[in-house]
Amino acid sequence: MFMPDPSRLRGTSLSRRRMALLGGGLVAGGVALVVLALTVASGAGTGLGLVAGTVLAYSGAVRLVWAARRRKVDLLPWLCLGWLVLLGVAALLAPWLPLPEGRNATVALTEPIYLEPLKYGDHPLGTNGAGLDLLSRAIFGARTSMVISMSAILVGITVGGLIGVVAGFYRKGVDRTIGILTNSVLAVPPLILLIALAAILDPGIRNMSFALALLTIPSMVRIGRANTIAFAQREFVLAARAMGASKARIILRELVPNVAMPLFSIAVVSISALIVAEASLSFLGLGIPQPEPTWGNMISEAQAGNTMEDQPFILIVPGLFLFMTVFSFNLLGEQAQRRWDPRSAKL
Amino acid sequence: MRKVVVRLTELVAVLLIVSFGVFLMVALIPGDPAVAILGEGKPPEQYEELRQELGLNDPVVVRYFDWLGGAVTGDLGNSIMPPQSPVAERLLAAIPVSLQLAAMGLVIALVVAIPLALWSAARQGGLVDRIVGASMFGLLSIPSFLAGLLLIMVLVNDLGWFPRSQWVRVSDSLTGNLHHAILPAIVIALSEIALFTRILRNDLVVTLQEDFVLAARAKGQPPWRIMVGDALRPSSFSLVTLFGISTGRLIGSTVIVEYLFALPGMGSLIVSGAQTGNFPIVQGAVLVTAVIYVLVNSCVDLSYGFLDPRTRRVHA
Repeated sequence: MFMPDPSRLRGTSLSRRRMALLGGGLVAGGVALVVLALTVASGAGTGLGLVAGTVLAYSGAVRLVWAARRRKVDLLPWLCLGWLVLLGVAALLAPWLPLPEGRNATVALTEPIYLEPLKYGDHPLGTNGAGLDLLSRAIFGARTSMVISMSAILVGITVGGLIGVVAGFYRKGVDRTIGILTNSVLAVPPLILLIALAAILDPGIRNMSFALALLTIPSMVRIGRANTIAFAQREFVLAARAMGASKARIILRELVPNVAMPLFSIAVVSISALIVAEASLSFLGLGIPQPEPTWGNMISEAQAGNTMEDQPFILIVPGLFLFMTVFSFNLLGEQAQRRWDPRSAKL
Repeated sequence: MRKVVVRLTELVAVLLIVSFGVFLMVALIPGDPAVAILGEGKPPEQYEELRQELGLNDPVVVRYFDWLGGAVTGDLGNSIMPPQSPVAERLLAAIPVSLQLAAMGLVIALVVAIPLALWSAARQGGLVDRIVGASMFGLLSIPSFLAGLLLIMVLVNDLGWFPRSQWVRVSDSLTGNLHHAILPAIVIALSEIALFTRILRNDLVVTLQEDFVLAARAKGQPPWRIMVGDALRPSSFSLVTLFGISTGRLIGSTVIVEYLFALPGMGSLIVSGAQTGNFPIVQGAVLVTAVIYVLVNSCVDLSYGFLDPRTRRVHA
């Protein structure tokens, strides 16, 4: 006797129109709360208002899409992807964007210092203690951060993945030696290893990438090795052997393409860890030095004197950039892992 | 038994390689340590004498074993920056601070994470589960130095609940020590809470589908007893593995927190050593943390048999 009402949505008792109204109301309320938080409230109230407003607006947007598409859609991955694309494009084009001075303090001598964000048209995110534009610094920081972590992960995948495939293919002595070597790198806690490397290397993009790559190699070796062992027992490898393919050919043409996919899904997750590691090192004053901006050394500016009490945005602006980027990579990485490498998705 | 012997030799090999790496790290630095210690502009004989005294003219392998012999007997050289005290002395003074912070962080993390995981696993898919899941995922994306600064901004500067950048030794005053250590420990705990809760909750959800849980339900045991008495122990398996992995993170966030709050632990020592180029300090601190880290992970391996009897029978 039960007939589904076509005007009702699946998974809820609300009609499309009411869902759209509810969604619109939530979005409006959320936006209003954000605006209120930015204009009227102060101190901890601003933060609370911002978080609550964003959550409200997000749940409203989910309902609007639900009403429009007639089914529940998870918006968050798309938002994350959108943020990363926006940031990536901005970082890529940074030198050609019409941004105010963000790096050279002598050029910004005449600029007002400690301008608050969202109040002045020519400095949308405000300025720091030297009159340098925070938006410009954040985008150039993204550029440094992305270049370092991407090149580190590429080196890590290539070197670590290949070593792992070799270990998994030859087994025995080769495998054991490689195992002991990777365990030795893993025996030093990651941040300690980075600090030690930073202490002896000159800070610079190339050395930072090298240090971070060294950090990712052991996990890439392990994943490459485990997957190779699994694939080496499959029929197509046996077939290649029977046809008389050389060892190098089996490794490069049969094993590497199959091992690459799980390696890439791990890579997306590792990028966020690398971004955090690079930022931590800069924060400790051991990474890329000022005046070149990185999110880490921008955040460390907030520690000087009473900056955090008087100009909390010096901490909040780069902090938000860092958080949103790390969050996006974490979320997308988890989804990538669930799709392409379901076995290791648990950790 | 044979497995234990293989593991032990591997352990020794790893420790030897790590110590060699740590030794090389400083040995290969460009620049003359004799010049660094004496300063420039002294007569050449004086440098040569010091080099001879420090053994810098010997081959690398000889110097390594000299250094290792010293390290094993507790002699890690002297700090090359003032105060020029022995490195081992400085490390010994710093280790208790770091251990206390890390242990407090871990305890706070477990005390918060286990109930949270039990609660959300019991109401899988419910409102509590979703809110806890979302906030833990968000928490996981906040680097510890950012979380620490935000907490300092709100709890120290705005509300004035906690002091900043002081350390009171336990021997001086227990309450004073706790008062100064609690906020740093909370910062250390934050990311561990997020990780522990997520992993333990996922494991509990799987365990709750097992037959023995159904049997306990059929016997009419109250839900909380099933959660705590039946489901928790088999689910804590991956939590222990994770504990091994997260020791590295724990050490990392302890370093950051000590730097943030200017606490006199290993982290501050190693960071200031790296900033000023005080290599013997960095060398000693890296060696000690690596040894601690390796030993903790070996203990984690051994504890599997205790937690899950099924692994005891497997002789691979």
